Amino acid sequence: MSNADFTVEELANKDYKYGFVSDVEEEKFEKGLNEEVVRRISDRKHEPDWMTEWRLKAYRHWITMKEPHWSNVKYGPIDYQDIIYYAAPKRKPKLNDLNEADPNLLQAFEKLGIPLEEQKRLAGVAVDAVFDSVSVATTFKEKLSELGVIFCSMSEAVKNYPDLVGKYLGTVVPYTDNFFASLNSAVFSDGSFAFVPKGVRCPMELSTYFRINASETGQFERTLIIAEDGAYVSYLEGCTAPIRDTNQLHAAVVELVALDNAEIKYSTVQNWYPGDKDGKGGIYNFVTKRGACRGVNSKISWTQVETGSAITWKYPGCLLMGDNSVGEFYSVAMTNNLQQADTGTKMIHIGRNTRSTIISKGISAGRSNNSYRGQVKITRKAENARNYSQCDSLLIGDKCGAHTFPYLETNNPTAQVEHEATTSKIGADQIFYLNQRGISTEDAVRLIVNGYCKEVFKQLPMEFAVEATRLLSMSLEGSVG
Amino acid sequence: MLEIKNLHASIEGKEILKGVDLEVNAGEVHAIMGPNGSGKSTLANVLAGKPEYQVTAGEVMYGGKDLLAMRPEIRAREGVFLAFQYPVELPGVNNTTFLRTALNEARKYNGQPEVSAGAFLSLLKKKMRLVEMPDTLLSRSVNEGFSGGEKKRNEILQMAVLEPKLAILDETDSGLDIDALRIVANGVNKLKTKDNAIIVVTHYQRLLNYIVPDFVHVLYDGRIVKSGGKELALQLEERGYDWVKQEEVTE
Repeated sequence: MSNADFTVEELANKDYKYGFVSDVEEEKFEKGLNEEVVRRISDRKHEPDWMTEWRLKAYRHWITMKEPHWSNVKYGPIDYQDIIYYAAPKRKPKLNDLNEADPNLLQAFEKLGIPLEEQKRLAGVAVDAVFDSVSVATTFKEKLSELGVIFCSMSEAVKNYPDLVGKYLGTVVPYTDNFFASLNSAVFSDGSFAFVPKGVRCPMELSTYFRINASETGQFERTLIIAEDGAYVSYLEGCTAPIRDTNQLHAAVVELVALDNAEIKYSTVQNWYPGDKDGKGGIYNFVTKRGACRGVNSKISWTQVETGSAITWKYPGCLLMGDNSVGEFYSVAMTNNLQQADTGTKMIHIGRNTRSTIISKGISAGRSNNSYRGQVKITRKAENARNYSQCDSLLIGDKCGAHTFPYLETNNPTAQVEHEATTSKIGADQIFYLNQRGISTEDAVRLIVNGYCKEVFKQLPMEFAVEATRLLSMSLEGSVG
Repeated sequence: MLEIKNLHASIEGKEILKGVDLEVNAGEVHAIMGPNGSGKSTLANVLAGKPEYQVTAGEVMYGGKDLLAMRPEIRAREGVFLAFQYPVELPGVNNTTFLRTALNEARKYNGQPEVSAGAFLSLLKKKMRLVEMPDTLLSRSVNEGFSGGEKKRNEILQMAVLEPKLAILDETDSGLDIDALRIVANGVNKLKTKDNAIIVVTHYQRLLNYIVPDFVHVLYDGRIVKSGGKELALQLEERGYDWVKQEEVTE
């Protein structure tokens, strides 16, 4: 493909390119989880008592819960006592001075294509980088603060803006929400915090880059984004991890709050290590993401491109509480080899004239399994609610699976709910047509798949759309027999 | 340019071509006519390398090279172009991107520099006038939601962009009204040079009023049973294929 900057040969030789391990000195806890560990995490982060208490409540609730198994994925038992719950680079840089950071750490981010300084400045993206459990650098903070925009690590937010954190944390995803959300609430170590005050349109994309480096470590980050009345923010999230032959647990929680007339756009390109061809290793990506459209005319839009992880289990959803609020979900989930994905969304219509749109594109190759699971619920008081869902599945080869589980619940007769689903295979005649125009089969598949995902990709900020296209190509590699 | 000798081909075990011989030189236009099921489209597809067809005997030399040994995309980059009878739709694949990708694949293969997006666009605008195609079709997905006539015009636009050495038009006239037929044929005529060759596969004589062939061949039951000049097409129109069939039987 002439407009992508790699050739088929390069592609064929390309493995998971983010699989390196960085030699960064880290402080790690011993394996296992108990109240003491929860207290120590909180202590390490110099948290106020209320935060420690909240974590402990979450922990105490979590131990009463059972790991859920209703999703359409299979995996062996997880030993929660065999996981390290806290790992942090030892020499913690001062947040405004990158020069003091461990050079290996900075190099690691360079390698990932995340230069924290000049290049991002040129690109106009503010970056928060989370390495294992700890946020290591946030760029552009001063410039943003002139507008009253707060963008920092969750740890700093707990310290510097306890009122804001206390007011919103756990209000969208309570610590009792589900097994993995409770676990996260107890042990979350860092994450990003963004606050856009009334009437401010955040002038640049906010971006967090998550990286798991240490082995046998779980990553539990927590992200909270608040857009006050009339505010707008676009937030990007990227993730990678080294190649390891054991599975690693990633259980994040993301909470979004949009007040009156506010808009939050949340984009994810998820590329955790997916495991090898035989399904060895890879990240278990069990994530709870939810946005609350609390205000009138508010809008939350989720866009996700999921190409990584051995198992993905996530349903970014919207609680459409404010009248006329809008929820959107655009998703591309690609699975290859033995990857499993069970992903979709929840749109809960509560306010009047609320609208939601769901566009889901699943691509299965190899022996992978890809499920869309989506809930659309129109509550009794949601007059004139509208939903449109479109769930497409594309199969490459004949050993993979695609499944669609839509749940529609309508309790108001004025609702209009539309659901469309298609399953298709890349046609031999489509491939031959492209071949006949001089395009190789591998490039033909890539063109067809990118075309199939276009509706979702066009929702992504430019820079991310390019990255998403590249990732998809990499995931497709070897899927054409 | 093209030399087909004793070509046999089958699909799903059923033999369709039963010994085709044909020679095409640069600068020539050949028409292949014949009743339904005689193997016209099979011949076109076999030359393009459609994988469903198995060549069981014979050889095809193209510019001195063994055409049948090449993968379909290599044949295309070597200058073999098939205008499809039923062009497929490629949802979400932008028409311009597709055309530029195709052109650059051929250029790379032939050791030429790739064409930039800007240069390509001006080239494309020029070529579009050839087939009287509106700009709006460029920003759309390849053939998606195109009318029958638009699809066929899009095929000829691709031909204009790729400038093949050997163009095979498979029933390009089917489904076209008289105006669209004229536009498509004009486009093809303008692309004709002394260095390239065109094979027109058609059921009806109608298209040959516009694209005038140097040679007409009648394909019947997997073989070329009659060859002649352009007047043969008129005779066929007048007397029908039964005439050829009967001759075949009495021979």
